[in-house]
Amino acid sequence: MNYIAIGNNSTIAISDIPEIVYDDFFKLNTELVANHPERHCVNYFGYNYGERIKLICCIADDNSHEIFVSSCLVSPTDTLKAFTSKLLCFEKFEREIHENFGIGFSGHPWLKPVRYSFNRNDKTKTIANYPFFKIESEELHEVGVGPIHAGVIEPGHFRFICNGEQILHLEIQLGYQHRGIEQLFIEKKRLLERTTLAESIAGDTVIGHTTAFSNIWESLCEFERTRDIDFSRTLALELERIAIHTGDLSAVCTDIAYQLGSSVFGRLRTPIINFMQEWGGNRLSKGFVRPGRNQFPFTPELGKRLALVLDAFERDFDEMNTELFKLPSALSRFERTGVVPSADILSIGAVGMAARMSKLNRDIRQSHPFGLYPELQHQPIIKHHGDVYSRVQIRKEEVKQSIGYVRKLIKNIPEPNTKPFKLKTPNPNSFTLSLVEGWRGEICHCAITDSKGELILYKIKDPSFHNWLALALAVRNNEISDFPICNKSFNLSYCGHDL
Amino acid sequence: MLSLLLILVAALFFTGIIIRTKSLASGRKGPGIIQPIKDVIRLFKKGSVYSQTTSIIFQIAPTIYFASVVMAMLVIPFGQSKGIISFNGDFIFFAYVLALGKFFSIISALDTGSSFEGMGASREALYSMFAEPAFFILMGSLALLTGYTSFHEIFAALHVGSYISYAITVLATFVLVMVAMIENSRMPIDDPKTHLELTMVHEVMILDNSGFDLGLILTAGFMKFAIYGALVVNLFIGMVRYEYAIPMFFAIQFLMAVSIGLIESFMARFRMSHNAQFIVALTSVSLLIFFAVLLILGKFA
Repeated sequence: MNYIAIGNNSTIAISDIPEIVYDDFFKLNTELVANHPERHCVNYFGYNYGERIKLICCIADDNSHEIFVSSCLVSPTDTLKAFTSKLLCFEKFEREIHENFGIGFSGHPWLKPVRYSFNRNDKTKTIANYPFFKIESEELHEVGVGPIHAGVIEPGHFRFICNGEQILHLEIQLGYQHRGIEQLFIEKKRLLERTTLAESIAGDTVIGHTTAFSNIWESLCEFERTRDIDFSRTLALELERIAIHTGDLSAVCTDIAYQLGSSVFGRLRTPIINFMQEWGGNRLSKGFVRPGRNQFPFTPELGKRLALVLDAFERDFDEMNTELFKLPSALSRFERTGVVPSADILSIGAVGMAARMSKLNRDIRQSHPFGLYPELQHQPIIKHHGDVYSRVQIRKEEVKQSIGYVRKLIKNIPEPNTKPFKLKTPNPNSFTLSLVEGWRGEICHCAITDSKGELILYKIKDPSFHNWLALALAVRNNEISDFPICNKSFNLSYCGHDL
Repeated sequence: MLSLLLILVAALFFTGIIIRTKSLASGRKGPGIIQPIKDVIRLFKKGSVYSQTTSIIFQIAPTIYFASVVMAMLVIPFGQSKGIISFNGDFIFFAYVLALGKFFSIISALDTGSSFEGMGASREALYSMFAEPAFFILMGSLALLTGYTSFHEIFAALHVGSYISYAITVLATFVLVMVAMIENSRMPIDDPKTHLELTMVHEVMILDNSGFDLGLILTAGFMKFAIYGALVVNLFIGMVRYEYAIPMFFAIQFLMAVSIGLIESFMARFRMSHNAQFIVALTSVSLLIFFAVLLILGKFA
């Protein structure tokens, strides 16, 4: 076999990953994904391997619950045939490899910088000379938005090509938030430092990213998670989903100038994050997930409190949703706005909510379950229209679903494990991959250790990495004044992309 | 003279009442009623910053805009008392002196060279263009009905008597309120609270204005509201005595501000492309008034 099939959160020796020549590597991975909607690339990256570059490609199969990992050694001066020439979903990954190592890709239509990493290959490419797609036309005009946001969120530059009010093309340039997170993971040697780093990958997905990191670390150290650890993480992940989805509903209402929805949903987010404060001491869940232990055991008293919080929450949440989804002026803004057809979603390899809003079933909780999800028998919520309405509906229904899961989980609270924990040093020469379904979608972390068990590579992929392109496609042929609501309905992360 | 004073007093509170209504409707306490005025006073104490890409147009436009609104205010009568200026055809003067101010705010937005402000200017021009026939058909019909062509005489002669004229008054109120919403860039046409430049109409045009100039533009906005409120009041108080008319004036202004606040709380903004349709539909309401007037005058054979 040309690849090795592994499960989510499993550790293998790096030597177990078959190393094949590039032509076979190309054929293998493109054939794995082509015409298989249940498979997609969860990560494809390179790292320095002596003088050469080792490429590792991980394809997840949702039906068999496996991840197919293969590798290939190439030289930085090579020009390779781009996967993208066959399948668009590899586009961003190949751009990243090109940016970091200078490997050329023939047949790639859009080999532009991704995030201007500090250790990139070609330092002459800077954020100031990004090669924007240009038009030569008297009738069309360009509108540049950002990088400084009109509100208080993160920086990114959006360049629209418009015909009057209609958007013909949007190009999104990111990289302003690059902090060198992946490099810092290798430089910072203490576990606590690394955990706090994981918490800072994307401030709105603290539990998601930290869970991915902890799962990887525990897998590398061969630590058997006790039930109470998995319980806390699963519960916290669902609470994070409820909180952020509710906040997003509020933001969508703000963007259509529906004040009632904006303030009611905004208020509803608060009790949930306040509960996180009660439980873990921080509203944004920082300091909550720690590898190898259950920092804040969930007590039956907390369970009672949470049940009360959710009862009060759900009543108002339902009432507000009834109001919102019968309001004609709101529906006329949601429906048929920012449509991404499911064929496009599939071809660009969108993940998480952005995939599920357009008929594509991609949910790690079902396909590669972790934590207590195998017991919950998660059934993803799928919508079919791919418009803002679908994305808003998904949020509404996922919140309801998550409330159901939380209620189910707190019926059976496991005893906290009081045994003192001891984490071994990570296995040497190993490869680990962890998939977590954060509220935004699939989070993929990969780690590789050297002969002493030290990290030599830590690779992070936030769902935003794929999904920004979905936003660019969504706004085509829409009015430029509908851009904010399209953007908010995806709510993608800048820092999660820029790392 | 009386109308000028009343309008100025109403302008002091109008925007504050809208904001307070919205706050209460969303369960917040909200700022005091005269907070907008305090903000404007603060702005008046500041100097203005001018971008180097702008020309003299950008610097004079706020003053012209403000002056145009003050001029428009002068022709508004109050029941039996004339406005400070009153002549035949003054409602045409009213509309076009406001249009002059708007023209300058549009070219000053273009003057900044910002792509946002250009978009806002184009939207504002489009909507004003569509709103203009609605206003003129309405005023023309009233002129035809009463046989006069100045605001004061039209309103003084407007007797609400038959059922048809009740209908006309209701429709005319609707048209005037909606024209006021369009002229003042309120919901459902425009969201004055948004922070998103891409969806703004009026706000995006004044993004580059600051300090004293911004104060002028905001003050003009407050007065514009009260002016349209006063026009609505005039539809009702033709023959009413002052001791009733003056409380009625404030009651109607207050009602208008509260209903604007409620509309803005409980509905979403229109999609941009629906705005044009909505505004053109206003013209057809004006045409209804026109036909009703023809009916009253027996022009239909």
